[in-house]
Amino acid sequence: MSGVRLLVGTHKGAFILTSDDKRERWDVKGPHFGGWDIYHMKGSPVDPDRLYASQCSGWFGQLIQRSNDGGKTWEPVGNKFVYDGVPGTHLWYDNTPHPWEFKRVWHLEPSLTDPDTVYAGVEDAALFRSTDGGQTWQELPGLRGQGSGARWHPGAGGMGLHTILLDPSHAERIFIAISAAGVFRTDDLGKTWRPMNRGLKAQYIPDPNADVGFCVHRIAMHPSRPEVLFMQLHWDVMRSDNAAESWQEISGNLPTDFGFPIEVHAHEPETIYVIPIKSDSEHYPPEGKLRVYRSRKGGYEWEALTKGLPQRDCYVDVLRDAMAVDSLESCGVYFGTTGGQVYASIDDGDSWNPIVRDLPAVLSVEAQTLP
Amino acid sequence: MIRIILPPHLRTLAHVNGEVKLEVKGQVTQRSVLDALETSYPMLRGTIRDQVTQQRRDFLRFFACQQDLSNELPDAPLPDAVATGTEPIFIVGAIAGG
Repeated sequence: MSGVRLLVGTHKGAFILTSDDKRERWDVKGPHFGGWDIYHMKGSPVDPDRLYASQCSGWFGQLIQRSNDGGKTWEPVGNKFVYDGVPGTHLWYDNTPHPWEFKRVWHLEPSLTDPDTVYAGVEDAALFRSTDGGQTWQELPGLRGQGSGARWHPGAGGMGLHTILLDPSHAERIFIAISAAGVFRTDDLGKTWRPMNRGLKAQYIPDPNADVGFCVHRIAMHPSRPEVLFMQLHWDVMRSDNAAESWQEISGNLPTDFGFPIEVHAHEPETIYVIPIKSDSEHYPPEGKLRVYRSRKGGYEWEALTKGLPQRDCYVDVLRDAMAVDSLESCGVYFGTTGGQVYASIDDGDSWNPIVRDLPAVLSVEAQTLP
Repeated sequence: MIRIILPPHLRTLAHVNGEVKLEVKGQVTQRSVLDALETSYPMLRGTIRDQVTQQRRDFLRFFACQQDLSNELPDAPLPDAVATGTEPIFIVGAIAGG
């Protein structure tokens, strides 16, 4: 019987939520790695029981965990992330040079074709790859060596490489996003990279032609149309129709265009979801009302989805990796909050129900559609 | 036999209960003890000291015989009581946060 497995990373451990295809009753397992930050977990598209998890702690550093049975059991694999060559410097908050220092893995992206190949987006921003199931990691140094690395600087949460999009129609094309450097694209499997930020604007960047420095929060694509990308920028929601060569704003009638996650409906490439947050200094929903906004027209026109979500006294945040969709016939949409709730919709977002209410702060949510 | 008391998270990670007991060849120092520990429990690599610089992680401390040995040189001999197994060496997570 088909079903859904949600991989929920939290501030105090990993949780695995499973349901059949009705998605009415959920089994909650966890915490795995109790007490540790689980920044992200993700399963292989070609072997759904092969999972990878980023486990870290201010005390004990970074671990990578791997499961071969859908998260029932785990084993630690390689955790040695060494920058290629002399790491050099990027800009610090005060615009002074600061040495590159590995801190943690923000995002793990398994290959579309090989369960033993997985990419890791790390802080300080760099892209690593393992081809042996996470046992060893090698940096793809062309990204930091692209030429602009010395001008990248951290966002408020650090200088993390947080989004990795593998293009299903161009095997050697990868998009990544870094806060606060921007979007980069490779067309040769990571050897060379270009900044892809034309059309982005930021109040703190006076140069209208700046190529990097943008606090991109998240980018998303629909696999059937990988040349179309959607972006939640620090402020502004954006789209690109030419594989990130240029971007245009689609914030339209959103109540605020600040936010973190952005997702695309599994079967409708022009249906997208964001969760507006009041501002960069007030990380909670406007008016204390938790609302998902959906556009069925690829942006510009947005509708508030409120049924089942708290519409008063709600002051949680939803982080950039904490929203996901499944690919069942009726698309499921999921998100987790810093208040520990994981909400699910099984009707395209029209209505929502909490699967769990009292987890630790949710850092990431991934949805696996099981055969 | 060297006795090591790990912080709870690392005991869980290494699947050990109570003390870890290890044979250490040659002089008993922080480095030789951690080398032996990581050889027996490879999942601990990188959690106590950086894998490249070999520096102690900032929020961990080493104590033995009622002394803070955290800032001793890695190759300095540990106290005889540790070397003979009379006293354990404690690896302690710093108290940080609320």
